[in-house]
Amino acid sequence: MTAAIRERLRGAPLPQGVAPFAGVTANAPHLATRETKYGRKLCNSLEDAIRASGLKNGMTISFHHAFREGDKTINHVVDTLAAMGFRDLTLAPSSLLSCNAPLIEHIKSGVIRRIYTSGMRGKLAEAISNGLMEEPINVHSHGGRVHLIDRGELTLDVAFLAVATADAFGNANAVSGRSRCGSLGYAMVDAARAKTVVLLAEELVPYPNAPASIRQDQVDLVVKVDQIGDPSKISVGAARITSNPRELLIARLAADVMEHAGYFEDGFSLQTGTGGSATATARFIEHRMMKKGIKAAFALGGITGSIVDLHKKGLIGRILDTQSFDAVAAQSLADNPEHWEISTNTYANLTSKGACSDRVDMVILSALEIDLNFNVNVITGSDGVMRGASGGHSDVAAGANLPIVVGPLIRSRIPTVVERCTTVVTPGETIGVLVTDHGIAVNPNRPDVSERLKAAGLPVTSIEDLYARAVALTGKPQPVEFLDRVVGLIRYRDGSVIDVVRQVK
Amino acid sequence: MRLRRSMLFLPGANAAMLSTAFVFKPDTIMFDLEDAVSLREKDAARMLVFHALQMPVYGDMETAVRINPLSTPFGLKDLEAVVRAGVDVVRLPKTDTADDVRALEAEVERIERDCGREVGSTKLMAAIESASGVVNAVAIATSSKRLVGIALAGFDYVMDMQTERGDGSELFYARCAVLHAARFAKIDAFDVVFSDVNDDAGFLKEVDLIRRLGFNGKSLINPRQIDLLHNAFAPTQEEVDYSRRVVAAAEQGEKQGLGVVSLNGKMIDAPVIEHARVVLRRAEASGVRQ
Repeated sequence: MTAAIRERLRGAPLPQGVAPFAGVTANAPHLATRETKYGRKLCNSLEDAIRASGLKNGMTISFHHAFREGDKTINHVVDTLAAMGFRDLTLAPSSLLSCNAPLIEHIKSGVIRRIYTSGMRGKLAEAISNGLMEEPINVHSHGGRVHLIDRGELTLDVAFLAVATADAFGNANAVSGRSRCGSLGYAMVDAARAKTVVLLAEELVPYPNAPASIRQDQVDLVVKVDQIGDPSKISVGAARITSNPRELLIARLAADVMEHAGYFEDGFSLQTGTGGSATATARFIEHRMMKKGIKAAFALGGITGSIVDLHKKGLIGRILDTQSFDAVAAQSLADNPEHWEISTNTYANLTSKGACSDRVDMVILSALEIDLNFNVNVITGSDGVMRGASGGHSDVAAGANLPIVVGPLIRSRIPTVVERCTTVVTPGETIGVLVTDHGIAVNPNRPDVSERLKAAGLPVTSIEDLYARAVALTGKPQPVEFLDRVVGLIRYRDGSVIDVVRQVK
Repeated sequence: MRLRRSMLFLPGANAAMLSTAFVFKPDTIMFDLEDAVSLREKDAARMLVFHALQMPVYGDMETAVRINPLSTPFGLKDLEAVVRAGVDVVRLPKTDTADDVRALEAEVERIERDCGREVGSTKLMAAIESASGVVNAVAIATSSKRLVGIALAGFDYVMDMQTERGDGSELFYARCAVLHAARFAKIDAFDVVFSDVNDDAGFLKEVDLIRRLGFNGKSLINPRQIDLLHNAFAPTQEEVDYSRRVVAAAEQGEKQGLGVVSLNGKMIDAPVIEHARVVLRRAEASGVRQ
């Protein structure tokens, strides 16, 4: 064959770097046998997969956090990397939660040197707030993470992506199999962008697996693992139907705001998030939609059973789901063609060619603190310790027509409305309305909304009045004391730094 | 006419709830110093309630305090504190006879004089919690000009009757007795607490019953029940529309000097007109039933 080709090409000038044909398998050795053709991506163990991935010290590894507190992949992979002797890695999961406390040891031992994450909670967050890491961590939004990858600051060398089912070629999803977390919106970003993509599949299924949330042409390696995560823990501390009267009161007020702020028309769109009040708001909006005889075109975001319920009742046309927050949402994504799985690039990246966050009318957002300029903190608690996540907060606040922040005026003895946020995550100029159990404040940059809410007889006051009310009830808290040392950089969705978190004293 | 549909009980020792519970907007807020406060917290609760009563945020809301019985070491101390703090209504628990109310009234009057509060400005409410109280309901209801209402308290009552809470038939006589005594004395009547806060359907069934019997309202232990109750007490759109027509016809008739007016061929007399006015007042306070 080679001789024949040489003869054919005799004397022909070949452009530099272009080689003569050397056989079908010369550049595709896996085609040599049926076994290598079908099984070239399959690894026998996680260790084999890591070795095959080409991971080296100092590289960046990525994960998704769709299992939230039920995640069993991040700790498992980092444990394995530590045992294999890797060091100086950059950890870049879409987010971290309380369940990731075992990472503390790997930070101490030098396996992990840098962290990019949307947030963190629990012991890990406490340790980092107290100065565990030499380099400050980077806290980004969900859309902002994609932007950091696309502009080259964050290079994902090896993505370890947990999936419920995969075939041997890498077609994978999390809506079939045992451990279904639903949408793989975060993982879709890494699958499309990481240099090497390793799937950790709980179940291997015959080819071709469908739906292919992650496609075979994105995947390098596939390894079967015992368990990727516990779906029953996805909604721990997040999506729940509240029975708390204060949260219900806030939810009812938030639904009033949604009804009267000027966007409650047929074909409107909404995102409700997952806190107690946010989930309940979805319930309260139902009667108002039926009464007015209108339907929403779509609901976006972290999706809960309450949104699925509204969809099933015909009140929401399509569901755009980047993260499923409970089993009902995951099941709906599996069954319902009007329930779409979208990547976080499609969801909220400001440099994406089209982010859904730009098309949302009203979004319900939470807050740990909100200050007199409507700046919002969703990262640090009143003690200065990190205990939250940036999430899609600043993304959707920037895109939506009316971002509505909900929260109690006072948590135990601590005011939520403060003179100055401990940490700014979302700039106040993007926030439209604040709804508390003590009344509603409208950003002065939205006089149109203020007028409409007042005309509807809602209890609209100024944020200064709410602050004064909070201080009257609790007294003025002593400021938290910080050291100068920076432990975290808060990255706005465009990659800029909007604030820093300093080490607590 | 003050509306007293919802009377929200708050444990007196719970500072967080005391400081912000006004946001739930019950008609009457009832700070409890009695059963919801453990023995070791009686003093702390009294101090907290003393201060809460003086918070301007409770301004427009009717405030009430359930004190400990005067026969306990705490009752009189409670009374001294809350009358001085300006409470609107003192609720006396376990009222068995009219003398219980008179004894309370004498102490209240003394404290009002002592602290310079207008004599007679502290209103009273008596809770009937025993067979004796039910039998003496008329005497109790007419025992003092300060009484704004009497309330049935179910738990102690059914214990005293050697029965237990069931489908409501166990309370039927007591409810009727308390209600008749209140109507005879022209004061308000309040129904028992519904304690399963997670059973909205059961709560609404009971509310429907007591509303039809004629109670003014009900004691509540969870703020979530407030809106349910207010909505159930709100008239329907049809009732409001009809009442508007009745009142309009009555006003028209009055202008024309007619003694009796008719609407759609039916005679409407004074009680019908008065009822229509009550419905419209309720609609003003509660809106229209959703």
